[in-house]
Amino acid sequence: MKIVVCVKQIPDPADPGSLDPDTKTLKRDVKLIIDESDSYGVEMALQLVDAAGGGSVHLVSMVPNREVSGLRTALAMGADSATLISDEALAGSDALTTAKVLARAIERAEPDLVLAATESTDGYTGVVPAQVAELLGLPSVTFAKEVAVSGGTATVRRQTEAGYDLVECPLPALVSVTAGVVEPRYPSFRGIMAAKKKPVDQLGIADLGLEPGQVGWAGGGQEIVDVAAAPARESGEIVTDEGDAHERVVAFLDELKVL
Amino acid sequence: MSDLRVDLDEIKFNLRGVADLDGVAALPGFEHVEADLVDDLLAEAARFAEEVIAPLNRDGDLIGARHGDDGQVVTTPGFAAAYAAYVEAGWGAVTADPDYGGGGFPHLVGAAIEEMITTASMAWSLCPLLTQGAVALLSAFGSGEQKALYLPRLVSGEWTGTMNLTEPEAGSDLGAVTTRAVPRPDGSYRLTGTKIFITYGEHDLAPNIVHMVLARTPGAPPGTKGLSCFIVPKHLPDSDGEPGARNDVRCVSIEHKLGIHASPTCVMSYGDGDGAVGWLIGAENDGMRYMFKMMNLARLSVGLEGVAIAERSYQQALAYARQRRQGRAPGGEPAAIIEHPDVARMLLDMRSTICAMRGLAYRNAEALDRAGREPDPDARRAADERAALLTPLTKAWATDTGCELAGVGLQVHGGMGYVEETGSAQHYRDARIAPIYEGTNGIQAIDLVSRKLAIRDGGAAADLLSDAAATVEALAAADRRAGLDPVRRHLRAAVTATAQATRWLLRASPEARLAGAAPYLEMLAVTTAGAALADGALARGSAADRAVLARFFASNRLARVPGRLAAVTEPGPDLAAATRGVLAG
Repeated sequence: MKIVVCVKQIPDPADPGSLDPDTKTLKRDVKLIIDESDSYGVEMALQLVDAAGGGSVHLVSMVPNREVSGLRTALAMGADSATLISDEALAGSDALTTAKVLARAIERAEPDLVLAATESTDGYTGVVPAQVAELLGLPSVTFAKEVAVSGGTATVRRQTEAGYDLVECPLPALVSVTAGVVEPRYPSFRGIMAAKKKPVDQLGIADLGLEPGQVGWAGGGQEIVDVAAAPARESGEIVTDEGDAHERVVAFLDELKVL
Repeated sequence: MSDLRVDLDEIKFNLRGVADLDGVAALPGFEHVEADLVDDLLAEAARFAEEVIAPLNRDGDLIGARHGDDGQVVTTPGFAAAYAAYVEAGWGAVTADPDYGGGGFPHLVGAAIEEMITTASMAWSLCPLLTQGAVALLSAFGSGEQKALYLPRLVSGEWTGTMNLTEPEAGSDLGAVTTRAVPRPDGSYRLTGTKIFITYGEHDLAPNIVHMVLARTPGAPPGTKGLSCFIVPKHLPDSDGEPGARNDVRCVSIEHKLGIHASPTCVMSYGDGDGAVGWLIGAENDGMRYMFKMMNLARLSVGLEGVAIAERSYQQALAYARQRRQGRAPGGEPAAIIEHPDVARMLLDMRSTICAMRGLAYRNAEALDRAGREPDPDARRAADERAALLTPLTKAWATDTGCELAGVGLQVHGGMGYVEETGSAQHYRDARIAPIYEGTNGIQAIDLVSRKLAIRDGGAAADLLSDAAATVEALAAADRRAGLDPVRRHLRAAVTATAQATRWLLRASPEARLAGAAPYLEMLAVTTAGAALADGALARGSAADRAVLARFFASNRLARVPGRLAAVTEPGPDLAAATRGVLAG
């Protein structure tokens, strides 16, 4: 079984980044790390290959520079190989452009299953997985808690507001994985050593049959017109208990329609 | 208890800007030690230390290890799972011999990883540390068969190792060891005796424990010249090498200690029945020589414990000082206590001194690597001498200072520091063992002024001081705007005073030399560490912060060195008379 996992490399959320006032996007000139959201997909893919008794896990990632350190982390966890689409022309790509680029790279790998996070930690658009599925003509199953594969069929428990849905779909398919549903393994010393030697295929957009005008700022269908600081938190209401605090708290929650 | 955040930038700076990792990586046998690979290893080891080990430290202190009536030792909840994860991740194998499953990385890289794990939990770290000691001993002196049987399992950490030297009447003086080892016709020995203070002598982290035991064979000469070293496994390996029959060795009790509660300190009884089965390492009566070989590495590791505990205490004190509001800062505004000059002084003392300690320890590790790998025999010999000289400095000064700084970290908290709930007190208690074990700091000072000063009649010490003098020259040549002139002045005075103390000791009587040993060790260590800190400030691409740290250390600690000269040269006669005079009671 061949599984492709989409992996995004992002600035370390522990070091607060800043916005570029010219492009109104996040500055990405720092060292990038693997998006933690993607580590769940990597772990799930490794477990699925183990359960299937064989196969491979291939990573697909896209960056404007040639950064591979986040991919190395996933390779050290146990993924077998990676494709990195790295092209200056990709800077400023919107979600749909990203999906188009990823889709072409995924297609080349001819996977049985594609896993992605539900959304990235730096962009939070949450639409790329479904767009990739649509572009590739694959069934799209979102918000997976558990995935099992058997005889050309994926069985997925997908998280819903009320509980979960049990979904079956034929392979190949694209499944987006909810953060926190598996425990990502720590890269081992041997894994880190081995990752150095694992193949990372570096492609430009031309290798995928794309023109600079189709991607990045030029190809984008969106324009960021303004960014503004989040409003400061307003002070809350303090309820002093005079024997009726529980009723007032219930009334307050009722008003918020959370009960 | 604050969360641990490994200061990776600081560690990497010391590896390359103070010690010379790039130079070490260029030595034969280290071809695989590529810079980005090392960075990946350090980053993942740091994450492992922060996320898997560090959260156990508090429970380790509160719950500790328990000894059951059945002789079993139960470690703190969570320790076994973390140990299994450590074995799975393979962190114990980084520096070991590739022929036995090791990574063949330099001790310098191993030291950085060891520091991280120890900062996360010193009590937990001791189990892998002792295993590493057993690996070093077997790698150097074990037979081919012994290596094949034990090393792969010890390198991976699947089995753990211990060092059994101390007995009730044989502490610093190992010549008094009485444990007996009687040869059997099958080539094995039967051991009988009691060993004390055996770290992780019994535990529930691994299916087998391999004890390295010093014992005396029949007819052996008295003293340390009659000691032999034995492998005594808890379970005798069966024909497949798996843990088989239970050996006649058991843990009688564990000690109740000031700190490192989670590390079981065991009283081990050998041969309550027919005698514990053991196998001789190397030759009879050669055991002390083997132990000495292993000791350099073990003493460096204990020195790193001083660095690690001080770092943990510093991180906690810094976080508290930023958050705790009390009084008004100069200028009159209500302020966090870090704004008060005396609190800032304590924190800067901690940070600058920890940097100096780390620089000394990493250079010590570098010297060990060079001693093993330099292609030129003269360079190898020089590195071996340097490692021999730096080892007592790192072990003693970094652990004494580790205790001192853990006390400073506690002080920053005021009254809350004295309250156990705050967590700072744990570091203060944990740190206190490091000046005692692996050769007390008094023994380190004796080692320095007797064996180490004797190398080429003071030549090794003179070389170390002339390196520090070269740093003084480099400081003089540095741009004035770097603000390093106070460092130059204080380092120059420290070098001069320490050279004077060295000359005095070389001519002194043995009694006078021993009387001045401890203050001399402090002089040489502070001067050497101060030079390392200054070299860091001079390093290319060094941040302005490093000049601040070097200056503070210079005014605060290097400046005291000349004042210690009198403590080396003057008290001898009074000390000699004291036991019959003021101490006679």
